[in-house]
Amino acid sequence: MDFNLDRVGLTLDGKHRAIEEISLGIAHGERVAVIGPSGAGKTSLLRVLGTALRPTSGRLAVEGRDPWSLAREALRRLRARTGTIYQAPPLPPRQRVVTAVLAGRLGRWPLWKSYASLAYPADIPGARAALERVDLAERLFDRCDRLSGGQLQRVGVARVLYQQPELILADEPVSSLDPQLADRVVGELNRESIARGVTLVASLHAVDLALRWFPRVVGLRDGVVTFDLPPVRITDAMLTELYASESPVPPTQDNRPLELPAARLEPVAGAKQPLCR
Amino acid sequence: MPVALSPSRDPAAFPRLAFALAAVLLLWPGLQLTEFDPAALIDRRSREVMGKFLGTFFPLELSEGFLELVLKSTLETLAIATAGTFLAIVLAFPLSLVVSRSLSISRIGPRSGPWMGDFIRLPARWLLILLRSIPEIVWALLLVRAVGLGPAAGVFAIAINYSGMLGKVYFEIYEAGDTRPARALMEAGSGRLAAFFYGIFPVALPELVSYSVYRWECAVRASVVMGFVGAGGLGIQLELSMRMLNGGEVSTILLVFFLLVLLADGISALLRRALA
Repeated sequence: MDFNLDRVGLTLDGKHRAIEEISLGIAHGERVAVIGPSGAGKTSLLRVLGTALRPTSGRLAVEGRDPWSLAREALRRLRARTGTIYQAPPLPPRQRVVTAVLAGRLGRWPLWKSYASLAYPADIPGARAALERVDLAERLFDRCDRLSGGQLQRVGVARVLYQQPELILADEPVSSLDPQLADRVVGELNRESIARGVTLVASLHAVDLALRWFPRVVGLRDGVVTFDLPPVRITDAMLTELYASESPVPPTQDNRPLELPAARLEPVAGAKQPLCR
Repeated sequence: MPVALSPSRDPAAFPRLAFALAAVLLLWPGLQLTEFDPAALIDRRSREVMGKFLGTFFPLELSEGFLELVLKSTLETLAIATAGTFLAIVLAFPLSLVVSRSLSISRIGPRSGPWMGDFIRLPARWLLILLRSIPEIVWALLLVRAVGLGPAAGVFAIAINYSGMLGKVYFEIYEAGDTRPARALMEAGSGRLAAFFYGIFPVALPELVSYSVYRWECAVRASVVMGFVGAGGLGIQLELSMRMLNGGEVSTILLVFFLLVLLADGISALLRRALA
């Protein structure tokens, strides 16, 4: 799925300006990380891309067309091809993990299958395979309220892996995971994107994860794009400025010192030494 | 991003105070209008009349013939309440789905005209209000004329009146719960009914069950009252005993009521535990 945002703005509840003005193009199959301080508009941008929120100004084109001028059924089909991973997974506490994962395909299943699957899970092997990829296969028949926050977050990832969407939107998908698991899950999302050639847009809190896994990183602050570059061309100065309002150093996993990819590769004009605490 | 300064005073304080005052102001004329006077209860004459009737309550009437009659009427009452509540649930469930806003696709767009959803929702809402605005005793009086004396009138009266109440409370339960799961599913292209069963139903189920069982308990009591107008069950026995001022029989029947409500309470607790 590809996107073109032309000076898109978003005002929530008629007053709160979530996105000031963003112009951005994302090609089919691209993998993009969005970073920036909290309140920068990362979640809003993802929800606009997922056609969950309608831009209040500017033009949004998905696959060359304005999704908000589509007929209802066409928009529903478009949404069925979008998989969203939420920071706080919206899963009913009493639902079993297998049902929560299978719900990923409700947009594609015929109605009878959706209902039949409530009586007996329609695709147990499929759900198990998706959970295996996030290291959670043994919790297949547990209830969601028996899971920890981190495990729940991985169920949300497994649901989207099972959905097999053409666009994966991940809103801080690993915020409750320890660094090792976070790395594994972000890696799994990237593998999925590469293997099936689908677009992946992820907002990430940890800058090091974004720089390690994504060929393109977008910095967002106060609802505007401050940079849009491959990791090798991103400098300490850009990152420090991006997070200036929040902390003196860009956030990383476990607050490890940030190692810019530029330092490991050929020196790039404007790149500085790795930032150390 | 310009951020407006938060006010230094609690902005919710004034509305809260206003609501509290309004509640008191509304309550006062209500008490005046109903000539509410607790002293009347402990007035000497009332005490004597009450005391005399209560005095005949003991000993309980426990003769075999009467107990057999009570047992038969109790089973009939339970049957009326159960069948009536079941029919009410069958009627209320689809109506509650129609009325519920949390399943409104147009909330996540595109809007199919601002009135399309309300066009269906509003009449359904009126239907629910109509169903519950007429008390079951009135329905029973009407239905006794239509289908004749006996339990059938009670069953229909409960089904009609309770479907209105259940439907209203069901959709309020959906709305009070977390609606994000259903919304997330609809944002991923799911239809609204599937979104309901995968996103809202699992959250709402314990409350739906608990409220339905409570309504069944109410139906047991209501079927007793409807017995007074000839709609079958324990009420007919109670009316006969009271008319004959047979306190022993009245107290036996009241004890059975108590046991029935106790039973309903136990079932409710059991179901809740099973679902927790």
